[in-house]
Amino acid sequence: MTHRGSRVLHVGSLSRVEGEGALSLHVHDGTVTDARLEIYEPPRFFEAFLRGRSYTEPPDITARVCGICPVAYQMSACAAIEDACGVTVDPVIRDLRRLLYCGEWIESQALHIYLLHAPDFLGRPSAIDLARTHRAEVERGLRLKKAGNSLMELLGGRAVHPINVRLGGFHRAPTRTELRSLTEELKQALDDAWETVRWVAGFEFPDASVEADLLALTEPDTYAIESGTPTALRTDGTNTSFPVRDFTAHVTETHVAHSTALHSRLDGRLHLTGSLARFSISGRLLSPVALEAAVAAGLGDPREGAVCRNPYRSILVRAVETVYAVAEALRIIDGYEPPAHPYTEVPPVAGVGHGATEAPRGLLYHRYELDADGIVKSALLVPPTAQNQGAIEDDLRRLAQQAIGEHDPDDDELTALCERAIRNHDPCISCSTHFLDLTVVRTSEESTESTGESTGGRDV
Amino acid sequence: MELPRLAVFKLASCDGCQLTLLDCEDELLALTGAVEIAHFPEASSTMLPGPYDLTLVEGSVTTPEDAERIHAIRADSRHLVTIGACATAGGIQALRNFADVDEYRRTVYAHPEYISTLATSTPVSAHVDVDFELRGCPVDRRQLIEVITAFLAGRKPDVPDHSVCFECKRRGTVCVTVAHGTPCLGPVTHAGCGALCPAYHRGCFGCFGPSGSVNLPALIPLLRRDGLDEDAVVRYLHTFNAASFDEELSK
Repeated sequence: MTHRGSRVLHVGSLSRVEGEGALSLHVHDGTVTDARLEIYEPPRFFEAFLRGRSYTEPPDITARVCGICPVAYQMSACAAIEDACGVTVDPVIRDLRRLLYCGEWIESQALHIYLLHAPDFLGRPSAIDLARTHRAEVERGLRLKKAGNSLMELLGGRAVHPINVRLGGFHRAPTRTELRSLTEELKQALDDAWETVRWVAGFEFPDASVEADLLALTEPDTYAIESGTPTALRTDGTNTSFPVRDFTAHVTETHVAHSTALHSRLDGRLHLTGSLARFSISGRLLSPVALEAAVAAGLGDPREGAVCRNPYRSILVRAVETVYAVAEALRIIDGYEPPAHPYTEVPPVAGVGHGATEAPRGLLYHRYELDADGIVKSALLVPPTAQNQGAIEDDLRRLAQQAIGEHDPDDDELTALCERAIRNHDPCISCSTHFLDLTVVRTSEESTESTGESTGGRDV
Repeated sequence: MELPRLAVFKLASCDGCQLTLLDCEDELLALTGAVEIAHFPEASSTMLPGPYDLTLVEGSVTTPEDAERIHAIRADSRHLVTIGACATAGGIQALRNFADVDEYRRTVYAHPEYISTLATSTPVSAHVDVDFELRGCPVDRRQLIEVITAFLAGRKPDVPDHSVCFECKRRGTVCVTVAHGTPCLGPVTHAGCGALCPAYHRGCFGCFGPSGSVNLPALIPLLRRDGLDEDAVVRYLHTFNAASFDEELSK
């Protein structure tokens, strides 16, 4: 049967992504006319109920936006509120924040590599199924993930929604001995992260390229995680930067006429944040061991200008970033001297503050407006997946079109390809508390079929 | 022998409680050898229809669709266990219960007319019978394993409903209220986290909701004494289990 005519595909819910969601693809006479990552899950109204809360509360409250990256929410919230109050924290507190963030990066990247993404390359439904034939590999992935969780549990109190973070620093700073107790587990994790790089480097990667601007935070001397300046790498190879406080002047959300979803744009153009963006923009600032891992992974040497725009190869970049995060955690622990006080006092100041940090899935921006008593007057949260949505849809459209042009895949094959295209980008649908559903609609001049009305929007 | 069939469903939530299941790194492969993972979209592309022997539900009911869906999930499930503060008490999103949801909708969305939502966020037990409610924001990993193990063995889960104070005593943590005058919800909060916050020099903020014996009229004067004004006390009780603590307040 030829598929150039009209047909409709529908898949209930997309699997192996964080949260639940859907997607629709419209094919008209062999041409993909519309590709949507649909976002319409129950809104939870964080930005509404944050108003009237005390300025000390957003780190704990916004963590609940996302169980996968609560540290990212805590760090962006602290950065924004400390900015509003004009407070800068001590270098040792910055180091401890970076250390906690390394724990989240290790846990989250290992989760995506092993439990969500790798099964696609090996043609399996899940890591649980994969364990039947690749038990040692899956056990290695779980061990690596656990090392990230151990770090978050020691420093944060627990892995999901840590309790030790507060404005200005931490409720309690760990002792040197406590942190050093993690060294053995992290050394094993460094070996496991290296083995992960070698393992995923053996996967097969289709040719593909994301045609969007890349956006990541940058620091002058280090691979940015807990702070930095938003920097864009345009598709023509040029770079531009802007201060965090100008974020909403550059990254805007528009309502596209043909869709009910809100699309994010960077200076009017599609953009992508996350591992590919960080590696392509700041890869040269990775540590020596991570640079070595990048070369071993086949990504090339970022010091010689290597970039990665192939979304399938994002699993390689995540593996390299995992090596980096483990080595970085070991470095911070090795040089750690406890601070005199676990936090800097942050007295309330009326004003507006902006904060951005690198969640595992990309740049997470927070803005708060406070009154003189420290009561939140307004809040704005822009998660990475909300920014990436347009670029993911564009990528989906291109990959589907390419496949249809090359060999006219049947519905099952096209569905599998679409799911892979989405998973490549590790969308965090929980971050937007949204729902995705896969619908493929194909129409021709003779016959027109359509399915599923959907509503959309961004909510956190 | 046929393995018991396990399902995991998500309503309005952050994903953290089902992630806690994947965070059982040491037990995960043993568990998946003891059950058939019949429906767990976050972990597997294999999604099989019910009936299920044990269904874990994360998240609260906030839309007309989910209010329907939870009945279908119940009908497919021999045992239904709610995991976490959202499914058990409505979660942080239940703050809408004390506000005007239309105003919320206009605040967050440029096109509020597209957003379908209920005026309240309610626990699963407000809609269907529930066999067990596991508390926490998020649930505790050890308790989650205990509950799953108990249901698979056909026994009652060993999850005591006493307060966090018991856990502080067991852990040997000095009372932050008595020693430092730090406001703490430990005396009214359900045990389960292992008394984490006081061990980190911070007062409990009630992630696990009310314990089995709550005495707010005794606690609130202590919170006021330790520096919280009336608004701050309300905010303290109005977080991840706002609806449950509010019920206690009105008793």
